[in-house]
Amino acid sequence: MIPGSFSYHRPASVADAVKLLSDLGDDARPLAGGHSLVPMMKLRLATPAHLVDLHGIAALKGIRRDGNNLVIGAMTTQHELLASDDIAQSVPILHEAVLLIADPQVRYRGTIGGNVANGDPGNDMPALMMTLGATYRLEGAGGARDVAAADFYQGAYFTALEPGEILTSVSVPVPAVGHGYAYEKLKRKVGDYATAAAAVVLTLSGGKVATCSIGLTNVHETPLLATDAAKAVIGTSLDAATLKKAAAAAEAIMAPAADARGPVEYRKHVGGIMVTRALQRAAAKAK
Amino acid sequence: MAKTHVTMKVNGAEVEGLVEPRTLLVHFIRENLQMTGTHIGCETTHCGACTVDIDGMSVKSCTMFAVQAQGSDITTIEGMANADGTLSALQEGFRMMHGLQCGFCTPGMIMRAHRLLKENPSPSEQEIRMGISGNICRCTGYQNIVKAIQYAAAKINGVEFKEAAE
Repeated sequence: MIPGSFSYHRPASVADAVKLLSDLGDDARPLAGGHSLVPMMKLRLATPAHLVDLHGIAALKGIRRDGNNLVIGAMTTQHELLASDDIAQSVPILHEAVLLIADPQVRYRGTIGGNVANGDPGNDMPALMMTLGATYRLEGAGGARDVAAADFYQGAYFTALEPGEILTSVSVPVPAVGHGYAYEKLKRKVGDYATAAAAVVLTLSGGKVATCSIGLTNVHETPLLATDAAKAVIGTSLDAATLKKAAAAAEAIMAPAADARGPVEYRKHVGGIMVTRALQRAAAKAK
Repeated sequence: MAKTHVTMKVNGAEVEGLVEPRTLLVHFIRENLQMTGTHIGCETTHCGACTVDIDGMSVKSCTMFAVQAQGSDITTIEGMANADGTLSALQEGFRMMHGLQCGFCTPGMIMRAHRLLKENPSPSEQEIRMGISGNICRCTGYQNIVKAIQYAAAKINGVEFKEAAE
């Protein structure tokens, strides 16, 4: 399978990339790791006339501290995220979830920016970024703006990105010391997208849940924040009745597609189980 | 479509060629360079048969364009034997442990295992299995591939290889 013809551009700066994308218009697509776009091009489901490869832009790489935030350049690969001690120690759920993305070869190429910006409901980072309260930096011809992950996703492959804009970095607030976390992902095999997945970040105080955030992957056309489910566990010690209530509240907002991963009812059912398991494991980890 | 001139290092030798932007790296390696050890399996980034080593990373060469490899340092299965032509530890491991049957996945398996052992010279069985989880084998059931990599790790580390009891 060979993609359709296109012109290849490799800008060296964000400004040049943004200018190219603005000038070339709808016929151009930015290229990050390429592990979503290139397969789509080989299947001719995507036929961009121009590819703007972001690999030549050094400024889009790397992980740095900015106060209480970790700022991750959009072209930082999943392999690089896994190699970061800072991430493993201060945002361990990110390390845990990245290990569940695809396979080692894909993680050498796949980037955090591509994963969050593509708008694919199957990607693991979007729901996690919503759970962590992350913010995306978007840059276009008119300048830069910051959009909360929670406000970014509008539909399958539809996001807050305007034509000509690229996502340049992801800013992740470091969770409180002693927080508990878990990313539970049900998948049919290594490399598969989630049948359903849940991210939980919580803190405990005196054995009760003090704060909690729950995100859901691939159970709706966008990633979801399960706000009601998170509210249901606040002030509890996650007893069986509370867990049941939280799972039901999460299932109530799920609207998965029926596909090879199972019918709607099954995917909602296992989605609830992912929430329950993630809550239990996160609570066990919290100090 | 205008062609682009690319240069890169493959198995220690400088190579060059004219490619369309849409030419996938695996096609450049197989057709322009005539190195057909790197296989094309699924063409959809799942099977890992096309895995090569690029600048210290295992990459599925069916999911990268040749123009993106400009200036890079690539190793393919053709570059895996020792300088004197004898089999490298991994190749020897696959031979000794029967780590292949039809052999189609083997170049990708060996290239992936090569990088895995560079990053983690003494992997556990579980680390090996996760490390090759991007490579599909339809013959062996993986058991002997895992043993082949354990054999190679032992040889590289200069320790005796002890096959685990089944």
